[in-house]
Amino acid sequence: MDKPFAITLDVGSSLANQTGSWRVERPMYVDLLPPCNQACPAGENIQKWLYDAEDGSYEKAWRTLVEENPFPAIMGRVCYHPCQSVCNRGKVDEAVGINSVERFLGDMALEQGWSLPVPAPDSGKRVLVVGAGPSGLSAAYHLRRLGHAVTLRDAAPLPGGMMRFGIPKYRLPRTVLDAEIKRVAEMGVTFELEHRTEHALDEMTAGGFDAVFLAVGAQIGKRAYVPAGEAARILDAVSVLHDVEDGELPLLGRRVAIYGGGNTAVDVARTAKRLGAEEAVIVYRRTRERMPANDSEVEEALEEGVLMKWLSTVKHADAGKLMIEKMALDASGFPQPTGEFEELEADSLVLALGQESDLSLLEDVPGLEVSDGVVKVDEHMMTGYPGIFAGGDMVPAERTVTVGVGHGKKAARNIDAWLRGGERPEPSKHPVAEFDKLNPWYYADAPHAVRPRLEAARRASTFDEVVQGLDASTALYEARRCMSCGNCFECDNCFGVCPDNAVIKLGPGNRFKIDLDYCKGCGICASECPCGAIVMVPEEG
Amino acid sequence: MGAVPVKFYQVGSFAVGNRLLDPDLASVQSDPERANSLTSGHRACQGCGEALGARYALDAIMRATKGQMIAVNATGCLEVFSTPYPETSWRLPWLHSLFGNAPAVATGVAAAMHAKGRDDIRVVGQGGDGGTVDIGFACLSGMFERNDDVLYICYDNQAYMNTGVQRSGATPPAARTATTQTVGPEPGNVFGQGKDVPRIAMAHEIPYVATATVADLRDLEAKATRAMEFRGARYLHVLVPCPLGWGSASCDTIKVARLATQSGLFPVFEAVNGEVTSSTKIRHQVPVEEYLKLQSRYAHLFRPTRRDDVIKKLQAMADRNIERYGLLEPELAPAVPAAMSNEPVEVA
Repeated sequence: MDKPFAITLDVGSSLANQTGSWRVERPMYVDLLPPCNQACPAGENIQKWLYDAEDGSYEKAWRTLVEENPFPAIMGRVCYHPCQSVCNRGKVDEAVGINSVERFLGDMALEQGWSLPVPAPDSGKRVLVVGAGPSGLSAAYHLRRLGHAVTLRDAAPLPGGMMRFGIPKYRLPRTVLDAEIKRVAEMGVTFELEHRTEHALDEMTAGGFDAVFLAVGAQIGKRAYVPAGEAARILDAVSVLHDVEDGELPLLGRRVAIYGGGNTAVDVARTAKRLGAEEAVIVYRRTRERMPANDSEVEEALEEGVLMKWLSTVKHADAGKLMIEKMALDASGFPQPTGEFEELEADSLVLALGQESDLSLLEDVPGLEVSDGVVKVDEHMMTGYPGIFAGGDMVPAERTVTVGVGHGKKAARNIDAWLRGGERPEPSKHPVAEFDKLNPWYYADAPHAVRPRLEAARRASTFDEVVQGLDASTALYEARRCMSCGNCFECDNCFGVCPDNAVIKLGPGNRFKIDLDYCKGCGICASECPCGAIVMVPEEG
Repeated sequence: MGAVPVKFYQVGSFAVGNRLLDPDLASVQSDPERANSLTSGHRACQGCGEALGARYALDAIMRATKGQMIAVNATGCLEVFSTPYPETSWRLPWLHSLFGNAPAVATGVAAAMHAKGRDDIRVVGQGGDGGTVDIGFACLSGMFERNDDVLYICYDNQAYMNTGVQRSGATPPAARTATTQTVGPEPGNVFGQGKDVPRIAMAHEIPYVATATVADLRDLEAKATRAMEFRGARYLHVLVPCPLGWGSASCDTIKVARLATQSGLFPVFEAVNGEVTSSTKIRHQVPVEEYLKLQSRYAHLFRPTRRDDVIKKLQAMADRNIERYGLLEPELAPAVPAAMSNEPVEVA
């Protein structure tokens, strides 16, 4: 022992004292399902592509996006973004403008000419897709990526379905629509247009297809009996929008009444204004709150001077005028007639009371089940006939472009599994990252970058695009507002706040690890994790 | 992107790190190569605010001085839990003498370094509120008066925690300690006593005085770093919640410190040459109750009968701080956002 005077022990480090033995609970890193991802009808990994976009890696972000959805530029214009309605950031300040970032990425891809992923090696299987709307196009894209030969047939002269013949130009410029469809075609999907499929089964057999995906949509305007005088001018919303697209301007007159409360009704009203109508009035039997149309569309329509007549039904139509009956909501929220009438001046009445599918191509398919005018499918999107799948507006679901795109993807993946002789198992999902799992303190306050809008007056007279895109700096800003709910984004909080240095930083992309030799289980890391990616679990024994 | 500097809205500067931040602007604590001046294996309780505060401050000073520093420690939790002979958690030159003489010993170390021509080696004195506010106060005041070249850091956990939670001159009114029991008409610590050492330090007109908490890492690091830009006596007062003495959940240490600042009970400010030069504004103001109810040392204000009279007096203290240090942005004067006040309270 050779020690200085009065020193009897060597200096030791406290590292010899493994305080991990004090612990009764241990922190555990988890991954949760962000609400946006859960809400997306197309099943996009929104949080992931926002994360990619945050550091300006736009191409990477776009590639993540098109893993699930080949139409970001279309989505960024027409999707009603249910993701934003559930965005946790909405409880802090305002929801992240997911839709506008999506559009920014979509537009940038078109500008830069980024192409969709290269298809997998040829599978030797052939799939027929009927209907070149959002659902059919999405299915064609995903099937082609999986290596199948895809033939896409549509009765119309141009692909796009309701995206072309239902959604007005001011919401979706045709250059954007054409460009995104072209990218799908370039993957080697065979388009057979102006080809009406009369009998699905015959075409399947005749063409030697291994499977069929049907997505014929719902294009027949629902008829309601409106007693009318001989000179009354009554039109159907779907045909009006279709005619406008074909360049045949429908004769609507100076004052147009639109009957119905959905998005189609609003689209017709806004289109009528653009066609020169002085007055476009939406007649709806319930109230604004109960209107099925999307809020932002209603908002924009009102700004453009579209008028709304709530709690009203059309009792009789005559030349130049309508007889309206006032309604009142009963206790269950259902409109009841009041017996009070009034006159409304209108040169034409456009019925926008919903749409039905033309299912005649399925008439002789055995095993197929149709109820309420739509085709029944199982959880794999397959109809009662093996090998025939269906999706989009012709199956029971909400009728939006995004839902259609989601159906196309889901069907494609199930068709792929079926063609390979298996069944696609339902993918397991993480629990949802609810707001109360987050620590919102750490998110700096910042408002939502509202998309610039054309001035209402200018907009109402033309078919220019209404909602303008973000520029690069605002898109970046918007992407960075994402709170990364439920998934570690490496903010270093756990690494910093541990009083025992018991969190190990593994470096960029590799997240963190708990040093269980020293972690005392205080739980500060879990409570200070901004995004709720750490939970405390009891130690065993 | 463009000429406008891009802000980091995702977590701003509130979280410890940010993957998008220029490495030069990153916090010391986000650096995997940080000094870890107080390393693992120390015997502080679970969720100890003092261990956290000491590492935050000293790591920042280690970076500011490029490792050229000596720490002098008063007796207290920080000394006891870090150095049970022969083990030590300190990874810097560290000296402990007595409970009451840390500022004087620090002065001596600084004088010795000066005599050796090593003015590049900076000296930090540190202790808890007991060693600073009460027992070492004469030495501290002397150090201030002589303007000795020492940064003294007080880690304030508002009582003598090491010996069993006895009242100190920094214990707030109404708080229960072992020596201020919750009996009689005015339970807990009395109102109108105790010392406000940051203000006393300012009265000495020393070059730099600042307050900070473990809830705002970047602010604490900035102040510890800034303090090293001055020569002469400097004082840093850091609020460090004590789960044991305050009766708060170990996982709530940072949250409690945050609520102390957001209620206005603990003002965070900076003073140069005796004048307040800036204060950290309240982001989401909360009533003092939000802060009090997380701590069992204030439980008697809510059970068995609610003592609104006492809560009101504590609120008045917070309001006075808000007024005195200008803690609210006048134009914002925010109401309490619903999302913040409904934070779930996790119980360890």
